[in-house]
Amino acid sequence: MTANEAKETQMAETKTMDRLASIAAGEIVETRIHPELAEEESILDISDFNLWYGEKQALFDVSMTLPRGKVTALIGPSGCGKSTLLRSVNRMNDLIDTVRIDGSMNLGEGNIYGPGVDVIELRRRMGMVFQKSNPFPMSIFDNVTYPLQINGERNKSVLRDVCEKALRGAALWDEVSDRLQESALGMSGGQQQRLCIARAIAAEPEVLLMDEPCSALDPIATTRVEELILSLRGEYTVLIVTHNMQQASRVSDYTAFMYLGQVLEYGPTARMFTNPLLQETEDYITGRFG
Amino acid sequence: MSRIRANTATALLARGEPMVWLSGGGLVVALLMVAGLVGFVFWQGLTTFWPGPVLQIQTRDGNVVLGEVTRQESFRPEPGMAELQEKSAARALKEELAGGAGRLERRLIRTGNYELTGEHFQWVEQFRIPMGGQTTPPWALVLERTAWGRFYGELVAYVVDDSILSTDSESAWALFRKNHDGAEDPLPEGHALRLRISTGVTHDVPLQDIVRAYAPNQLGLGGKIGVYFGRWFEFLTAEPREANSEGGVWPALFGTVIMTLGMTILVVPFGVMAALYLREYAQGGLMISMVRIAINNLAGVPSIVFGVFGLGFFSYIIGGSIDAIFFADKLPNPTFGTGGIMWASLTLALMTLPVVIVTTEEALAAVPNSMREGSYACGASKWQTIWRVVLPRSLPGIMTGAILAMARGAGEVAPLMLVGAVKLAPELPVDGVFPFVHPERSFMHLGFHIFDLGFQSQNSEAAKPMVFTTTMLLMGIILFLNGAAIYFRSHLTRKFTGSKF
Repeated sequence: MTANEAKETQMAETKTMDRLASIAAGEIVETRIHPELAEEESILDISDFNLWYGEKQALFDVSMTLPRGKVTALIGPSGCGKSTLLRSVNRMNDLIDTVRIDGSMNLGEGNIYGPGVDVIELRRRMGMVFQKSNPFPMSIFDNVTYPLQINGERNKSVLRDVCEKALRGAALWDEVSDRLQESALGMSGGQQQRLCIARAIAAEPEVLLMDEPCSALDPIATTRVEELILSLRGEYTVLIVTHNMQQASRVSDYTAFMYLGQVLEYGPTARMFTNPLLQETEDYITGRFG
Repeated sequence: MSRIRANTATALLARGEPMVWLSGGGLVVALLMVAGLVGFVFWQGLTTFWPGPVLQIQTRDGNVVLGEVTRQESFRPEPGMAELQEKSAARALKEELAGGAGRLERRLIRTGNYELTGEHFQWVEQFRIPMGGQTTPPWALVLERTAWGRFYGELVAYVVDDSILSTDSESAWALFRKNHDGAEDPLPEGHALRLRISTGVTHDVPLQDIVRAYAPNQLGLGGKIGVYFGRWFEFLTAEPREANSEGGVWPALFGTVIMTLGMTILVVPFGVMAALYLREYAQGGLMISMVRIAINNLAGVPSIVFGVFGLGFFSYIIGGSIDAIFFADKLPNPTFGTGGIMWASLTLALMTLPVVIVTTEEALAAVPNSMREGSYACGASKWQTIWRVVLPRSLPGIMTGAILAMARGAGEVAPLMLVGAVKLAPELPVDGVFPFVHPERSFMHLGFHIFDLGFQSQNSEAAKPMVFTTTMLLMGIILFLNGAAIYFRSHLTRKFTGSKF
C-alpha cells in the first residue's frame, strides 16, 4: 500500500465517520436498495415507517419490502432498531403503552396498522422466535400445538399430525417423539429453542420472525438452528435479526443494514458482504465500527 | 502493627466469617424457640393419657387420701407452720426444712369423688406422710364417669338392685368386665360397682355412669398401653363431657378442619382474581398504588376487628336479610342471622385475603415476560395467555399463599368467638340429616376449645392436660394441612418450572 493509498483510505474513513456523525445528529438518509430486490415477489411492504418510544424516536422512515420465501437478515450495531422493526411486524410493540407509530406495513393487501385490524388474527399469521427460548409450562405436545389450541382446534388427530410435522420441520422429532407428554421445561437449551421454532411454524405462518434466535445457544445448537433456517427457506418467509455477521452471511438471501433507526442499505447478502454500495456497510461488516 | 491489624479485620469481614456465625446464630435461636415450644407441648400432650398408679396415703393425723399424683412441687412454708402440726409431723417438717434449704415438697393428688367431697384435688405435703403411709392397693379402681368427674375407690362388690352378686374383688371385676366392657348398648340397669372410698365408707356407682374403669395398680405394660390408646381414641372420636374437660374433641376437630377448608376455598379464588387484576390488567398509577397500600394495611388489622365486621356485616346484615326472606316463619329465632360456620369461614377468608393477594402477585411477577410475549406472538388473547401460561407457571407461588392463609386461619381464635365458634356444639355442620351441609350452624373449634379449657373451665386443674393434648392436636392438624399443600406444591413445581436434570 503506497502512502497515497493509505491516505485515501484514511480520508474515506474520516468521511464515513462524518456521515455517521451526521446521522447521529438527526440527518435522514435515503435507503440504498439494490435493484435485485425489485425482481422479487414481495410479501411484506414497509413504507415510511416511524416509531417512537414515548418522546424518543426509534425508527426513522423505514421503507423496505420482504421477498416471499426468502430469508432476510437485519444487521446493525446494538440499539439500531433491528428488534423494534421486527417486533413492529407482528405488532408486539403494542404491548408497550408508550409506543406510537406512523406509516404503514402491508402484509399481502392489508395494512397491519390499518383501523379495525384484529391483532390476534394478525399474530396467528406470523410465527415468532425469541432471543431466549420461552417454552410454556406444559407438555412438549401442548407447546407445539399451542397456536392451534388457542385457536379452538380440538381434534386430537389434527393436533397430532401438526405436532409431528412441526417437530420434524424443527429437526426435533427424533429426539422427543417418545416423550411428547413430558414437560417441555425438562429439555436442554438447544432443544427448547428448536421447540420454540416448531411452535412458531406449527400454524404454518406467512412470515417467520426470528429475534437473535441463536444468541443464547452453544455452537453445536447454533449450527442445528442455522441448518433449520436454511431448510425452512422456500417454504417460509423468514425475517431474522442477528448480531453475528457470519450467521447472516450463512443463512440469509438478503441483508438489511440498519443504523440508529434507519435502514442504510438493503440488498442480496452476497453483494452486501462483498461489494456493498455504501462505505458504512463495508466498515460495519468488516468490523471497523459497531 | 496497627495497619496489619486493620487489614486482618478487613480480611475477616471480606471472608464473611462473622456474618456466617451471626446468621447461623439467628437460625439456632429461632430453632431453639420452636423446638422448645413444640417439645413442651408434645411432651405434656403425649404423657397426659398415660395411666399412673393410684396411691393410698395415710397421713400422720389419720386422714386417708386415695388418688393419682398429677404434679409435684416444692414450696416455702409460712412461718409458724410447724407449730400447728402435731409432734411427729413437726419433727419431720423441721428435718425436711433443714435438708431442703427452707423448702418443702408437696404433691397434688387427684382424688376425684367430687359429689362426696366437693373437691377434685388435694395437696399432700411430704412431711405429713409417716413411714409406710403410702400404699398402692391392688384393687383401687379409677372410674371415668359421664358426670361428676373421676371416681377413685377400692372395689368391694358387684351389686344388682341392692342384692350383692359377688363379694370378692376379683369376681366383681370379672362381672363388671362381662356386663360393661363386653355388653351391648344400653348398659344393664340397676347394676352397680360398690367401692370403698378413702374415708372407709362404701359407695355404689351405677354401671351406666361409667365410661371406663381400670385398676392401674394391677395393669401391666400392655394394659397401660391399652388404656392410653383407648383414651386417645376417645379423645379423637368422642364428644366432650364435663364442660369439655373430659371426653373427646371430635366436634372441634371436625369444625376446625371444615372451617379451614371452607376458608381456603373461599379465599384462594378471590385472592387470585384480585392479584390477577392488579398485576396483569391494571395500568398502574396512583390508584393501584393506593389499593396495594390498602391491602397491605388490611394484613395489619387486628383479627378481632375482622370478627366484629363479620358479626355486623355477614351475620346481622346479610344473614338477617336471608332470614327475613327465606326463614321468616322461624323469626325471631335467627337461622343465618347469627354466628355460623359459613360466616366464620367468610370472615377468616377476608382476614387472610391480603396474604393470598400479596403472594399471588409476587408469583405472577416472577413469571418471565418472555413467556407472555411468546404466548401473544402465537396469537393468544390476554386471557388465554393468563389461563394457559401465566397461571400454571405461578401455581406453586399461589399454593404458598394458600398455605400461609391456611396456617393463619386454622390458628385464629379471636374473630371466631364472635362469628360462630361456641363452647359446645354436638351437631356437626356436615351430617347425615338433609340437606347434609348446614352452613348456618355454629361449630366448635380447637383454638377456641383451648381458650375455653384453659381459662373458662371451672375445674381448670383437670382441664389442663386437655389443653396440651388439644394444642398438640391443633398443631398436628396445621402441620398436616401444610404438609399436604407443600407436597402438592413441590409436585407442581416439578411439573411447571423444574427440570429433570
